[in-house]
Amino acid sequence: MKQVFTSLVCVIVVCLSSPAFGKNQNVTVGSKSFTESVVLGELVSHLARSADGSAIHRQAMGGTRVLWNALNNGDIDIYPEYTGTITQEILSGQKITGMKDIRQAIAAHGLRMSRPLGFNNTYAIGMKEPRANELGITTVSDLRTHPDLRFGFSNEFMDRGDGWPSLRNTYALPQQHVNGLEHDLAYRGLESGSIDAIDLYMTDADIQYYQLRVLEDDLSHFPEYDAVLLYREDLERRAPRVISAIRILEGNISETEMRAMNAQVKIERNTETRTAADFLKTKLGLTVQYSEESIADRVFRTTREHIVLVMISLSAAILIALPLGIIAVRLPRLGHVILGMVGVVQTIPALALLVFMIPLLGIGVPAAIAALFLYSLLPIVRNTYTGLHDIPHPLRESAEALGLPPHVRLRRIELPLASRSILAGIKTSAVINVGFATLGAFIAAGGYGESILTGIRLDDMSLILQGAIPAALLALAVQGLFELMERVVVPRGLRLTA
Amino acid sequence: MLKLRGVSKHFGQTTAIRPLDLEIPAGRTTVLIGPSGCGKSTLLRLMIGLIQPDTGTVSFEDTALTTSNIASLRHRMGYVIQDGGLFPHLTAQENIELMARHLSWDGSRIASRLSELVDLTHFPVDGLERYPVQLSGGQRQRVSLMRALMLDPHVLLLDEPLGSLDPMVRSDLQAELKSIFDTLKKTVVLVTHDMGEAGFFGNQILLLRDGGIVQQGTLAELVTTPSNPFVTRFVNAQRSPLDAFGENAS
Repeated sequence: MKQVFTSLVCVIVVCLSSPAFGKNQNVTVGSKSFTESVVLGELVSHLARSADGSAIHRQAMGGTRVLWNALNNGDIDIYPEYTGTITQEILSGQKITGMKDIRQAIAAHGLRMSRPLGFNNTYAIGMKEPRANELGITTVSDLRTHPDLRFGFSNEFMDRGDGWPSLRNTYALPQQHVNGLEHDLAYRGLESGSIDAIDLYMTDADIQYYQLRVLEDDLSHFPEYDAVLLYREDLERRAPRVISAIRILEGNISETEMRAMNAQVKIERNTETRTAADFLKTKLGLTVQYSEESIADRVFRTTREHIVLVMISLSAAILIALPLGIIAVRLPRLGHVILGMVGVVQTIPALALLVFMIPLLGIGVPAAIAALFLYSLLPIVRNTYTGLHDIPHPLRESAEALGLPPHVRLRRIELPLASRSILAGIKTSAVINVGFATLGAFIAAGGYGESILTGIRLDDMSLILQGAIPAALLALAVQGLFELMERVVVPRGLRLTA
Repeated sequence: MLKLRGVSKHFGQTTAIRPLDLEIPAGRTTVLIGPSGCGKSTLLRLMIGLIQPDTGTVSFEDTALTTSNIASLRHRMGYVIQDGGLFPHLTAQENIELMARHLSWDGSRIASRLSELVDLTHFPVDGLERYPVQLSGGQRQRVSLMRALMLDPHVLLLDEPLGSLDPMVRSDLQAELKSIFDTLKKTVVLVTHDMGEAGFFGNQILLLRDGGIVQQGTLAELVTTPSNPFVTRFVNAQRSPLDAFGENAS
């Protein structure tokens, strides 16, 4: 038992000192969970690396709120954003319109903004070309005369400030069949004919691919969505060369170019890294050094990240849950409270628990570990409690009648007798943990979930499997490991049947 | 040796022991007997401090039992329960040596004490490496007895030690136990519900009913001068005592 504990501690120390935890990078770039944002993040990262030698890109961290908070907390230094999103979403309460106002407003947060990168990725409404042709629709106003059309809008569009509710008001649109759905699925719905019109971004690669007609916003409902870079004020001091390097992007990316880059990733299946590097070379004549991660590299890295998440959270959970289980048995009243509380934690949906951690710990590995830790508590606490509680009364009394003091009874008699149950609890936690840790990718904690989420985003099955298969194998390995451990931890006398 | 003064015990609304005074004489075997629920096991557990009396005091060798001194006083008491209460994760030997090791006895002292006990109880030496689950019921009780005797206690408390054994083994072990008691000349308190066993072991028998002592005396006294009709009914309710009585009388 002691050796097991010592080796656990060693593993934790090794994990903590691994690169996943080091914050020695000069510049941390963030990006949102869609292709264009990741490509822009890669452009910035390439430039930062060639100017300063080091930069880390935390890809596809989440939506607007996540990135904005991460930038404000200093988890990231820079990320690509759109002026329309700043005015409509981030600072929507402040009625800001011009660039100057935006600069002033974000300065209050200690942030700066680059000049526009050149393209305007505003929202638009799109229809299949033949269908639009058949109905004679070219503008959004034209939709008014076709009340039976079915709309499928992205969930964000359904309730954002400039989204469906206000669009309906602006154009007095009569349509009743309006449903929210995942943006990538909307294109497929359009293709299959189950919906007639969707919201889209002007630079979506899919516009060309699916041959869509972008309806003219004839009443100028949608604000400008000029792409810009938001960064922390202190970056100018910390990495002035990076700031001047990234300024080369200002005014240099047209809508066509951005759409082509998106198409390269989504349709040609190039990596964002290569797509960004190719653009820098052909458009700006800059050659950047980059290495693309091989499948083996990626699996190795995500495995390491995944194991770090699981090991640290599980070890911490063992260290806390075991004493909690013991206390629950010794003090039944407090025990009810403890079991109730860890039980409540378990009822919180996994993803929600992860999101709850963000305000406390920011985005990334620590928040994911904290959520995994909380999730691991219940099986261990409950099984420790049950294991100790179910020790036959005569055995408990025999130990007491011998004159062994309580702590010796616990160590020499009660814990060994409960070891099988406790170990089963830890095993349950570990296996759940391996699966749950894939969700860590939602808050940029890496691990197998990163491959899975990126695969889903790019509709790339091989990438999904690069995450899903190792995750399943790891779960099996963990299960096997615990079965071996049972032979070491559970005393021989308890494993004999007769 | 063991003295109880005004001791009573309740479990919730139920009275387990009515206020009673009792003295366990040194060097003899006292048997607590009575129908189920009469309080005999409760009385034994009060003596070793597994439960505390609601009123009165229990004292052992002129020291009153308190929650703070009970652990060390127990080093001078041995306790054996019905199924032996052996720890299933420890071998027979580990069970026996547990307390001595906890008290940091040196190896040679442990070894010599162990071999004394193995001789005393006629326990097969190769059984020492076995786990409780690998031993027979009779062997388990021998191990339990050795564990209770390891520290050479001044008093031995046994709670129906032979209760779950089949009749043949039980009868053999009764004889062996009695000879061990006679050899050791220790103070013994034994709980049983079997009148034959009580007569066989007991220098003194305490018949209990509803948490109180009905009569205290030798088997002969219980049979010839019962304090009330219940005593006669209890004695006659069992068949074997008559055989034992015959043996004892001869």
